[in-house]
Amino acid sequence: MDLALLWFGIVGFLFIGYFVLDGFDFGVGMSMPFLAKDDTDKRLLINTIGPVWDLNETWLIVAGASLFAAFPYWYATLFDGFYLALLLILLALIARGVSFEYRRLGKSPRWKAWFDGMIVVGSAVPALLWGVAFANIVQGVAIDESGTYTGSLFDLLNVYAILGGLTTLLLFFTHGVQFVALKTEGEMRERARALAKRSGLLTIVVAAAFLVWTAVQHLDVAHLPLIVALAGGAAVALIGSWLANAAGRERWAFGLMATTIALAVGTILAAMYPNVMPSTTDPAFSLTIENASSSAYTLQIMTWLAVFSMPLVLAYQGWTYWVFRKRLTRDLIPADEH
Amino acid sequence: MRPGGALCAARAVGTFGPYPLARAARRVESSPSLALGRSPLVLEWLDPLLLARWQFGLTTLYHFLFVPLTIGMVVLVAILQTAWVRTGKLKYLHLTRLFGKIFLINFAMGVVTGIVQEFQFGMNWSDYSRFVGDVFGAPLAMEGLLAFFLEATMIGLWIFGWDKLPARLHLATIWLLAISTTLSAYFILAANAFMQNPVGFAINEERGRAELTDIVAVLTNPVALAQFPHTIFAATMFAAVVMVAVAAFHLSRGQHIDEMRTALRFGLITNIVCFAGVALTGDQLSLIMVETQPMKMAAAEALYTTTAGASFSIFTWGTPDGTSELFSIRIPYVLSFLSTHDFMGTVEGINDLQAQYQSEFGPGDYTPIIWVTYWSFRWMIGLGALAALISVVGLWLTRGGRTPQQNWVWKVAIWSAPLPLVASLVGWIFTEMGRQPWIVFGLMKTEDGVSPGVTGFEVLLSLVAFTLIYGALAVVEFKLIVKAAVEGPKDWSTYDADEDGGTVDPRSLATVY
Repeated sequence: MDLALLWFGIVGFLFIGYFVLDGFDFGVGMSMPFLAKDDTDKRLLINTIGPVWDLNETWLIVAGASLFAAFPYWYATLFDGFYLALLLILLALIARGVSFEYRRLGKSPRWKAWFDGMIVVGSAVPALLWGVAFANIVQGVAIDESGTYTGSLFDLLNVYAILGGLTTLLLFFTHGVQFVALKTEGEMRERARALAKRSGLLTIVVAAAFLVWTAVQHLDVAHLPLIVALAGGAAVALIGSWLANAAGRERWAFGLMATTIALAVGTILAAMYPNVMPSTTDPAFSLTIENASSSAYTLQIMTWLAVFSMPLVLAYQGWTYWVFRKRLTRDLIPADEH
Repeated sequence: MRPGGALCAARAVGTFGPYPLARAARRVESSPSLALGRSPLVLEWLDPLLLARWQFGLTTLYHFLFVPLTIGMVVLVAILQTAWVRTGKLKYLHLTRLFGKIFLINFAMGVVTGIVQEFQFGMNWSDYSRFVGDVFGAPLAMEGLLAFFLEATMIGLWIFGWDKLPARLHLATIWLLAISTTLSAYFILAANAFMQNPVGFAINEERGRAELTDIVAVLTNPVALAQFPHTIFAATMFAAVVMVAVAAFHLSRGQHIDEMRTALRFGLITNIVCFAGVALTGDQLSLIMVETQPMKMAAAEALYTTTAGASFSIFTWGTPDGTSELFSIRIPYVLSFLSTHDFMGTVEGINDLQAQYQSEFGPGDYTPIIWVTYWSFRWMIGLGALAALISVVGLWLTRGGRTPQQNWVWKVAIWSAPLPLVASLVGWIFTEMGRQPWIVFGLMKTEDGVSPGVTGFEVLLSLVAFTLIYGALAVVEFKLIVKAAVEGPKDWSTYDADEDGGTVDPRSLATVY
């Protein structure tokens, strides 16, 4: 078996894991202004992701490290090229991460409002920019013969990429709202379901446009059927998720939304194949799975590592979610601990 | 014959591989566009290399403000919680929760600043990443898959699992957290050791990169084996003195006497034991350093001429250019002993090494900035030793149940808390600056590792952004830790750990941390 291709799959899987998991964290963060009526509500919302957001963000670190180890040229070109976009993501993640902790430590309303604002912005910026980044990767960017990106930040903000960004933003938003519905009781649960119903419709429209555009851009590729199948699967799962939410089946709604995100990222990966960063300057300069990957020996070591660790990782992370499976309610939040 | 292996490989490819060379040349060609209508001073300050180096230095040191407390405190908290589970004495629970809280405040900062570290290699040092990614990426991926996932999972379970997990299982989570944190440090130090002493690789001429040939060699790099315990002991020293400082604060006010005496003695003893560990492993590390990076040792002492029976200077006052000294305090033969474990051993000097490297790698300056290495080496040792000395005195003053009445004793205990941290930071400055001009010793120069596609303006922007946000967060972070420390232990006497998940304590559910 071709190890480079296997690692394309593993890195893809890690990014899917990151988007599915941190995606709902972003969604919960973004939904705070829509769902919270008072400070207890905000605390309740943050507590739904309290035990897991840090763990979910770890997926990004592991995905990044695996990208570095398995595809050093891809990692180098991507991080060097998308410099300012990644800088914004980093700053947002830092601001969001510390705000969860810091908001409750000051008593004044201004202090809380400031950190709540950082949670919302810190969730929305990465949710948008990850979509922009991946849409640009699949569409191709200006890369010279040495593998260096020669465009600017503004070249990354094209219509297709912004549509990609809005797609991830909306997918994550609805995903997070559905997670709130799944994790809470009473009024908050009702509010979240109602919001997911409304945001879900917009999500379906935008995501469908993005998926169709992605497929259309790749009409001449040999494996078009695979791309179409994945995109179609994502669309079906997304509609299914909306219907499940409308019917009050929260588990199904959340699970199908996770499937949607996984299949949408799968669509992007399939559309990239066999490139990992297509060059619009000259197809000969494109980074491919073959020419961007590490040596066979490194990939072998890494494969053993993944075979050994991934089942364990999935098992203990799954166990964590099981431990924290109970729904949260407002009366669990004491008056002095907002 | 590992240390020499790197140099042999470097010789085999000429200087540092054709690929980075070609890129460096291209960067020089493309840079004049920046020069239009700008003064040379502005140009110099917009140099991506200079800015990227500052950024790496600042963000790494900043990251390392949080790392030692995380690494050290998790072990101490795990020991305290074990004492609680085994004895059922409430004071251990109080201490576990108090220091656990300080650990957690710190942990979040370690995570978010850690992401910056990982991204930075690609963002600012993409040519470095291309050149070494095949080797350097593997320990980072191992860290992620084997250690970091476990760490992040266990921390969630530990914080929120007090009333959801049986007591022993909950105890297991903090030990797993301690193990994974330590393992994480190991992989990162193995990656760093490759930069100090590259082993287990071969140069692929066609691709112009270093490729992994022996993962075991990379993971058992002698530099890694020595700097791992050195770092862990140093980190635990800092956690121990933080514990001492918190205890001293409360004891000086006569509050929580029972708990805080335990914490004080525990911290003092830990600090002294760990200093012994730091000294022994530091000795090992300097022997290895003499073998693998003799220039770094020569620069640590500012020893220009090769000398047998070399003395160690505690203080030197020299001419501004640092090449000749006006006054110094010296201990005879000690440098030779540190470097070779023989009082009459020969220590190679900077001038000879410079000449040797020029013949090996071609013309160039292979000397690190001497005053930086000289003074960072001394401050590292001096501050660490001072912290240990204070602990010995503290242990003496509190022997057999005595409690010092003088306020200044407590003040010293509180204000000496930063000593081991500053020692660790200058230790890193020494290690990294002493490696210059290399990014990977003998293989690639720092100037060839910087990202070719990134402009000085972009690096400046991110440098300013990180400095501002990091600066603001440091203030908040410090206040939070002080606040938690001053509040002291909460009373958990109504908490019943034996009922598995039966007693719901609302506080542990209600807070993120």
